[in-house]
Amino acid sequence: MTTLHTVAATGALKLSWLLLAFPLFGAVVLLVGGRRTNRWGHLLGVAMPVAAFVYGVIAFFTLLGLGTSQRSQDVHLYSWIPVAGFQVNMNLLVDQLSICFVLLITGVGSLIIIYSVGYMSHDRDRRRFFGYMNLFLAAMLLLVLGDNYLVLYVGWEGVGLASYLLIGFWQNRNSAAVAAKKAFIVNRVGDAGLTLAIFLMFTEFGTVSFTGVFGTVGSAGSGVATALGLLLLLGACGKSAQVPLQSWLLDAMEGPTPVSALIHAATMVTAGVYLLVRSNPILALTPDARLAVALVGTVTLLFGGIIACAKDDIKKSLAGSTMSQIGYMFLGAGLGPAGYVFAIALLLAHGFFKAGLFLGAGSVMHGMDDEVNMRRYGGLARVMPITSVTFGLAYLAIIGIPPFSGFFVKDPIIDADFSEHGTAGTVLGTLALIGAGITAFYMTRMMFMTWYGKRRWEPEAHPHESPAVMTWPMIVLAIGSVGAGAFLIVNQRLQKFLAPVVGVPPESHGFFTTPGILALVLALAGVALAWAMYGRVPVPSVAPRGRPLTVAARKDLYGDAFNESVLMRPGQWLTRLSVYFDNRGVDGLVNTLAAAVGGSSGRLRKLQTGFVRSYALSMFFGAAVLVALLLVVRL
Amino acid sequence: MSPIHYVALSVILFVIGGVGVLVRRNAIVIFMCIELMLNACNLAFVAFARVHGNLDGQVIAFFVMVVAAAEVVVGLAILMAIFRARRSASVDDANLLKY
Repeated sequence: MTTLHTVAATGALKLSWLLLAFPLFGAVVLLVGGRRTNRWGHLLGVAMPVAAFVYGVIAFFTLLGLGTSQRSQDVHLYSWIPVAGFQVNMNLLVDQLSICFVLLITGVGSLIIIYSVGYMSHDRDRRRFFGYMNLFLAAMLLLVLGDNYLVLYVGWEGVGLASYLLIGFWQNRNSAAVAAKKAFIVNRVGDAGLTLAIFLMFTEFGTVSFTGVFGTVGSAGSGVATALGLLLLLGACGKSAQVPLQSWLLDAMEGPTPVSALIHAATMVTAGVYLLVRSNPILALTPDARLAVALVGTVTLLFGGIIACAKDDIKKSLAGSTMSQIGYMFLGAGLGPAGYVFAIALLLAHGFFKAGLFLGAGSVMHGMDDEVNMRRYGGLARVMPITSVTFGLAYLAIIGIPPFSGFFVKDPIIDADFSEHGTAGTVLGTLALIGAGITAFYMTRMMFMTWYGKRRWEPEAHPHESPAVMTWPMIVLAIGSVGAGAFLIVNQRLQKFLAPVVGVPPESHGFFTTPGILALVLALAGVALAWAMYGRVPVPSVAPRGRPLTVAARKDLYGDAFNESVLMRPGQWLTRLSVYFDNRGVDGLVNTLAAAVGGSSGRLRKLQTGFVRSYALSMFFGAAVLVALLLVVRL
Repeated sequence: MSPIHYVALSVILFVIGGVGVLVRRNAIVIFMCIELMLNACNLAFVAFARVHGNLDGQVIAFFVMVVAAAEVVVGLAILMAIFRARRSASVDDANLLKY
């Protein structure tokens, strides 16, 4: 088990707030400046993330220059909530784990933002887009740099907001507005889990800082740890689109493609993995919660993979693939120290190859008048050579062909499965192996449908290669896809670097273990099957009816239908019932009372006739009754 | 001394006054009937004071007279005002204050 010991920041790391300040400055200028910044807005929008990346690299090398015990640097910005006995500081924690994320977020983020200059060049609201992207980067960096759960939560909500704004970027399209709302609402469900976890930490430990919580969680009993683990898992599920909170990610593809690449593939959706890996001292105490994490990951990796196999929309297919890959990361995080480092390695490598794939898809859409239906693609390799090669390299990386990066980062997770969690681990490992086959199948299907075969284009389509500002980021990402895995895992670079934070995985059995070879064989089988179905025979331009499983997968395996029938409709009934009760019951009672008083007084009013003599008569009767009563009482 | 005759006279006067208040329309006559009722009461008070041999009843009779005099002052003033406004002293005509 690892605990967290921080030291006050020194040297260049004291300036870590610059990481947040650059993109935040960009966002504020672009969003507050309005139309005046239209002309040069995108340049500022690119410069700020690049500046943050440059500082991130400097911080990384500064960190490397320090001794292992000095690498958790705490930067005190200001005291945020100073209450007696409860202290929350706005502190940034620069350590081995967060610096990995900083480099991924700013590095891949910068590439994607450069790409967006070309991709969004025809959009009227390009400046607003760059403002939102900078806002996202600032929030995401706050998420990974916060040194306590409350600051993390601010970033967590910030990325949710940015995601909402960017999914609904083309808000005049109804589908985009609905998708944005859906993403926000589903994320709220997960956020509730994280909120409750923070409440629980506050009541149990009286602190929400990483060092405080991790230092005292050991003495709090396993019940608290399990509850914390499960609540954090719920939060992670929402942000990372894991079953059962997966339904928003597929619809989130309504946003511009660079958004899908950066937020809904490379960075934001991996925040759940960060949360779980960061909370590893809590998970270490609770095998039950770890098993739940692994279970969620396994279910999602199959769930997403099956959806990806059936979708004809290239972005939705990639979104299913993202869910599936994050499922692998969850599976890795659920394995404890044996898996954390590989989950992070897969996360980093995935950041490269999935961003590359999405940018490739965006490049195709850019050339094909925003066509997303792969059945209308085909034979594009000839006209878009650079995109097709970079896409192909990312493809080889994701399906895990050695020596591309997927092989080095995914197979260790599958391998580690068989040695953790006993029998359950064997089952999970087998399912993860099947998932590797499915991954190869859907990715190969995408390759054949997009790049090879007959040209099934719309008559008016004139595909062309994208401009250099879009191809260069793809080339850089392709290089990352090829090399990242080997760079991180061979010679155990990442393992040694992250060991103080996440612990040391057990001795590796080398890369070509039995599960590793099996995964490779299954991947090749998936490739062969996809070739037989989509490469050897021509692909129809109109989707055939398909088998029941295909139909189900096209409908997101009935995820939306489930939510609608189990959650939405009963909710509607409940509200209708409440409205009925309010109208008829509560309001009814009050209204009846008022009507009774009003009606009877309306009738009683008629007694006031204005004839003095009738009043006098009633007075006489009253006096007579009074006298009679007095006499009766006296008797 | 038996008070029965006095009480009987008092009741007769009171009933005449009461019926007059209820059946007559002219405000002046109603006023006079009220005076009659008050004086019927005064008669009973004075008679019982004599029977019991103390002055309480007589004192109250004086009070009643004072109140009656004050009432006549105010009441006649109102009556005058109504009569000037409507050229009528009938209480049935002064019926604006109603539902």
